[in-house]
Amino acid sequence: MEITASAPAEPTTSTLHKLLRMRETGLIAIILVMFVIMSFASPYFLTWVNMRAMVMAFAVEGIVVVGMTILLISGGIDLSVGSVTALSMVIAGWLFLQGIDPWVASAIAIAACTAIGAFMGFFVTRVGLHHFIVSLAVMVIARGACLLGTGGRPLGLYTLPPEFKFIGQGTIGPIPLVIIIFLVVVLVFDFMLRRTTVFRKVFYTGSNEKAAAYSGIRTKKVIFLTTTLCSALAGFAGIIYMARFGSAQPTFGQGMELNVIAAAVIGGASLTGGAGTIFGAILGVVLLSVVSSSLALLDVSVYWQDIIRGSILLAAVSIDHYLNKKRS
Amino acid sequence: MPDNVILKISNVSKSFGAIRALRGVDFELRRGEIHALAGENGAGKSTLMNVIDGILKPDSGEIIWDGKPVRINSPTKAQKLGIGFVHQEIALCPDVSVAENIFMATTNISRSFLMDYKGLEAKAREVFRQLSDIDPSVLVRDLSISNQQLVEIAKALTLDCKVLILDEPTAALTDKEAQVLFGIMRRLADSGIAIIYISHRMVEIFDNCDRVTVFRDGQYITTRNVAEIEPGDVVNAMVGRKIENLYPDKQSKEEASPDIILAVKGLTQHPRFSDVSFHLKKGEILGIAGLIGSGRSEIVKGICRLDGDVSGDVWLNGEPLILKHYQDSIAAGMVYLSEDRKGDGIFLDMPISANVSALKLQQVASPLGLINRELEDGQAERLGDKLNLKCGQLSDPVSSLSGGNQQKVAIAKMLSVNPKLIFLDEPTRGVDVGAKAEIHRILRELARSGVGIVVISSELPELIGVSDRVLVVREGRIGGVVEGDMITEENIMHLASGLDAQELTG
Repeated sequence: MEITASAPAEPTTSTLHKLLRMRETGLIAIILVMFVIMSFASPYFLTWVNMRAMVMAFAVEGIVVVGMTILLISGGIDLSVGSVTALSMVIAGWLFLQGIDPWVASAIAIAACTAIGAFMGFFVTRVGLHHFIVSLAVMVIARGACLLGTGGRPLGLYTLPPEFKFIGQGTIGPIPLVIIIFLVVVLVFDFMLRRTTVFRKVFYTGSNEKAAAYSGIRTKKVIFLTTTLCSALAGFAGIIYMARFGSAQPTFGQGMELNVIAAAVIGGASLTGGAGTIFGAILGVVLLSVVSSSLALLDVSVYWQDIIRGSILLAAVSIDHYLNKKRS
Repeated sequence: MPDNVILKISNVSKSFGAIRALRGVDFELRRGEIHALAGENGAGKSTLMNVIDGILKPDSGEIIWDGKPVRINSPTKAQKLGIGFVHQEIALCPDVSVAENIFMATTNISRSFLMDYKGLEAKAREVFRQLSDIDPSVLVRDLSISNQQLVEIAKALTLDCKVLILDEPTAALTDKEAQVLFGIMRRLADSGIAIIYISHRMVEIFDNCDRVTVFRDGQYITTRNVAEIEPGDVVNAMVGRKIENLYPDKQSKEEASPDIILAVKGLTQHPRFSDVSFHLKKGEILGIAGLIGSGRSEIVKGICRLDGDVSGDVWLNGEPLILKHYQDSIAAGMVYLSEDRKGDGIFLDMPISANVSALKLQQVASPLGLINRELEDGQAERLGDKLNLKCGQLSDPVSSLSGGNQQKVAIAKMLSVNPKLIFLDEPTRGVDVGAKAEIHRILRELARSGVGIVVISSELPELIGVSDRVLVVREGRIGGVVEGDMITEENIMHLASGLDAQELTG
């Protein structure tokens, strides 16, 4: 390949250059700085218990972030993930209370959530509505269904067998199973997104839907599948929450969608599609959690926490937008 | 009758960087005449109209309005003088009423706090009395395209205009609608308004205009009374340029092969094109010419199943093709290079190698569907070398490349599947001269090696330079085919604008 003088990239420095320019590098740096500051500010911060609590706090939500990131890359968005997570709990919990085996009940709940995703995918790809509107409607509908099915009260699932509760409460060695499940999901999808042809098509579709169609890619199928996958993962997360809490809470996950979208976007996912990584999105989750945890340890009012989280989102997106503009 | 002249342009020049869009042009417009402006794409018509409308400032020269020199430095100034410009694209607000659209400018500068809807409608009705019976209270969205065009004209007329510029107003109209428009144009002219009419269609010019001015390459060529000349004269004046020999050698007689790569019969997709039949022989480059909107791209997209269902038969290398989706076309070895590179040709912010591999990812992946980066980069490097692609790293986004190199990436994408046939729609649009010549050379080499090459282009010199045969499309049908010495701009323009095939000259 010919390299001309006019090309700005110099091969010797560009790998390092690229690494420095990568979103993930910046996020890791910020997280590390926060760790250092916090370990001085609070003796409790760098303890095993705190670390574990922090990871537990974001692990299940992290699974939802994976689905959201993939959907964002394909050019979509899903506001219903919080409601769908709750609905998954409620369906599985209700079926369990009707005497159905919890594993079967969970499988049915996840299948139902997958069907909800397919339902949204249908409205987006066949009817031609925008993801935002479709998922907004489903967000409200799913929440309504949760309240309807439970009468608005949490379902106590005290008789869940221990081997089922193990999913949410058990540990393997010192590590909670929840964290292991989270890591497996993240690693599998990160790998697939980077390496498989199926997920490459997600990038093509999100980057330029028309060009993707002109490359023979069935873009509607791709969008349908990413929409479905996002809801399926939200349903899966709901089951883990149920096993962890030992109850099904109809009001669970309100506002979760914003957290999840914020994490993905901070991690580099583009709201216009075509860009994003699972690794980056998880770093976004970690950053938001570290901030929350720090603020809590520093005794900052919870009301401030929302203001600060929102500001971080705005700052991250602004910086990104500015850098992109400068580049082009 | 010099006092009859409402607008006179003398010696106006305008450059954009190195491109001299207008070189000391003259133009004269009389009250009450319909004056056609003719010229190929890039001849300078639009630039001159934008100068008259105050959108562009001329570098030098003089504009004389009603006998007095004026400086038109903004569209508002042009409006105040009485110049109305109806652009080719309709620019109305679809969700508000006709009346509100017409009086948008007046409303904008109005001092009153409340909208006077009744007053607006009454005034709009007044304007339409001389035009047509459109109800001013309906939403623009609910009007046909031709009526929307009339609203645009009404909008211009409310500004008390003395000169009305119509830029290809019939491009979106049916014949019948166009006739209505011509009737209105004549009535306006009879009332003393001067109309500048821009069109590619000779028939329209000769049926409806009084005089015609021809531009070519940013220069004024001539102004004639329509009654005194023939359509052929105008076409000659529009074209009359020597074609430099920038192009590779054409197929020689000895190279000609009887093998047919592509045969198309009775291809139809209502209302875009109908009963299209042609063939492509091995080793030749087939050009497709036609005015914008003639259906030339739609035909090719139809063959590849890129845009809805078509009826008719297609054979590739003698085998009948039954395609449901563009994927099937790719699998059969038939690919389409889009005319809109940035819009649907490439993935601008994705790496070069990922762009090249997009058509057939299986080629750079393991059977399990895992992409092999080395294979992917290797493929991009091999094809990049073949096309003499100049780039930094293959992992750089395509947006980092120049237009010509972006186009090479798009072509590399086509070549990645070892196609049997490539349709190239405007293959050198937005590409500099050097890269252009290179792309033409590559196309010729591909044709020699047995790949079928079909080129669509708006640039006649390009089509003439690269094609062994040229298919001319007019209004969704094949208007004619020219080959060999018969491939001249005059002949192609004749066929494209709907004159008789018998008048062609070699």
